[in-house]
Amino acid sequence: MTKLNRNVKAWTEWLVTLPSLVWLSLFFLIPTAVIFAIAFKPVDLVGGIGEGWTLATIRSLANPNYPAIVWRTIWLSMATTAICIALAVPCGYAMARAPEAWRQRLLLLVILPFWTNFLIRVFAWRELLHPEGLIKQGLLALGLVEEATQLLYNDGAILLVLVYTHLPFAILPIYAAAEKFDFRLIEAARDLGARSLRAFWNIFIPGISRGVLTAFLVVFIPALGSYVIPDLVGGTTSEMLGNKIAQRTFSDRNWPHASGLSALLTLAVLGPMVITLMLQGRVRTRAGDRA
Amino acid sequence: MSRSRAPWVVMIAVLVFFYLPILILVINSFNASRFGGSWDGFTLRWYILLFDQREIWMAFRNTLIIASGATVVSMVLGTTAAFALHRFNTRLQRVHYTLVYTPLVVPDILMGMSLLLFFVSIGLSLGLFTIFLAHVTFCISYVAMVVLARLQDFDFSMIEASQDLGAGWWDTTWRIMAPMLAPGIISGGLLAFTLSIDDFVITFFVSGPGSTTLPIRIYSMIKHSRNMPVINALSTLLLIITFLAVWGSQRIAKEKA
Repeated sequence: MTKLNRNVKAWTEWLVTLPSLVWLSLFFLIPTAVIFAIAFKPVDLVGGIGEGWTLATIRSLANPNYPAIVWRTIWLSMATTAICIALAVPCGYAMARAPEAWRQRLLLLVILPFWTNFLIRVFAWRELLHPEGLIKQGLLALGLVEEATQLLYNDGAILLVLVYTHLPFAILPIYAAAEKFDFRLIEAARDLGARSLRAFWNIFIPGISRGVLTAFLVVFIPALGSYVIPDLVGGTTSEMLGNKIAQRTFSDRNWPHASGLSALLTLAVLGPMVITLMLQGRVRTRAGDRA
Repeated sequence: MSRSRAPWVVMIAVLVFFYLPILILVINSFNASRFGGSWDGFTLRWYILLFDQREIWMAFRNTLIIASGATVVSMVLGTTAAFALHRFNTRLQRVHYTLVYTPLVVPDILMGMSLLLFFVSIGLSLGLFTIFLAHVTFCISYVAMVVLARLQDFDFSMIEASQDLGAGWWDTTWRIMAPMLAPGIISGGLLAFTLSIDDFVITFFVSGPGSTTLPIRIYSMIKHSRNMPVINALSTLLLIITFLAVWGSQRIAKEKA
């Protein structure tokens, strides 16, 4: 390649890279850094950010109520991820083995809820679980619950709706991996005497591990930041970290404190993300070795 | 040995789980009962009430303004990003990829919070403009991913062929690239449009007085349990719009595939 050609190429690369690079640096990277900076600012009495620097905000994060909230946030997100993956793996398997025409239809049916307004989907469950709603009335008629049983405003309701809203995100990457999986491997294992379930566990699951890792990433991390779901179907005793951030921001107008909590959440999010990306890198090199 | 039926049972159960709540919501929008625990007869009352709510239509107007603007800008930025990511394999692109990919997984509340503090720090007053900036930011990544997937199926020898036949850069871009990539860019744009219309959390953080969008309106109606059946009616209308958009984008994708 001539020098002129190389220059043109480098110039073209910058030309197509700069717009998105600048925009995302300005409105994504810098604002994320701002969160960490403002966590070290004092509170302004009128509700805002004060002058100077302080460690008081960081110290105030040692609030005795917080460990319980952090714990609830983590276990609800973990449980959501586990249930989503447990349901998504058989779905991905079924979709990948479906006849071609059906595959597209099933994919569309899985994507459609993802396009549907998030608030509406949460609202639909709120209505169903409502004391006067269909599920409660149905269970009551069957004699399975008592009049006083509250289906809404508890951890169970949060978990149910978290799974409902995050499941499509888990199915898509697992299906994408399953679609590329060579199902003759399972047949071969069976011919060699492995039982179905064993073949499923030892051949299929490792074969789609990349998809499972992506599913973990796209369910667990957004779930950690849940705010609307615990706010609308959870009770006062089932707050998650997201609710605390919103409360500090809007009700108390203590922005430095909200920043401190957000910085904490950012760190909590970065951990699983880096681990998953590293694991994925390993899976990729292993696959590369095999090829 | 016959294939196990278990995965199919799960698949069907999951689809029922996905659609049953939505179906019941649509049915209840025609139900005269206030809470939908029983069927008290067919009514269009909630739809009539809906059309009387001026605030909802004002909010809907704001939503459409923001979604249109954010879609156009994110389509341009997302497409150039996808092109850069696909065509070049440099250190710069690895940084670029991380920057494009990360917003897809970062929780909404963090993006909302960070943008709120950023806008306040630089002294930008909150309103429709800040919502627009925020929406472009999260839409870029989605558009880029959709177009990138499309580019991976794209046959770049077409470009070389066109150049060998004497076409200039301009002709190649507009006569070869644009028509072949259009379906990808349009479906990316449709996704951006829907995401923008739907977004609540980020919008809630960066909105100011007088910039209420439809999701913010819906949220406050749900939160205060006001006009529940009216929300059913509104939801049903939004569902119809969404399904039409998905159907449209599927048709566009099929036409060119």
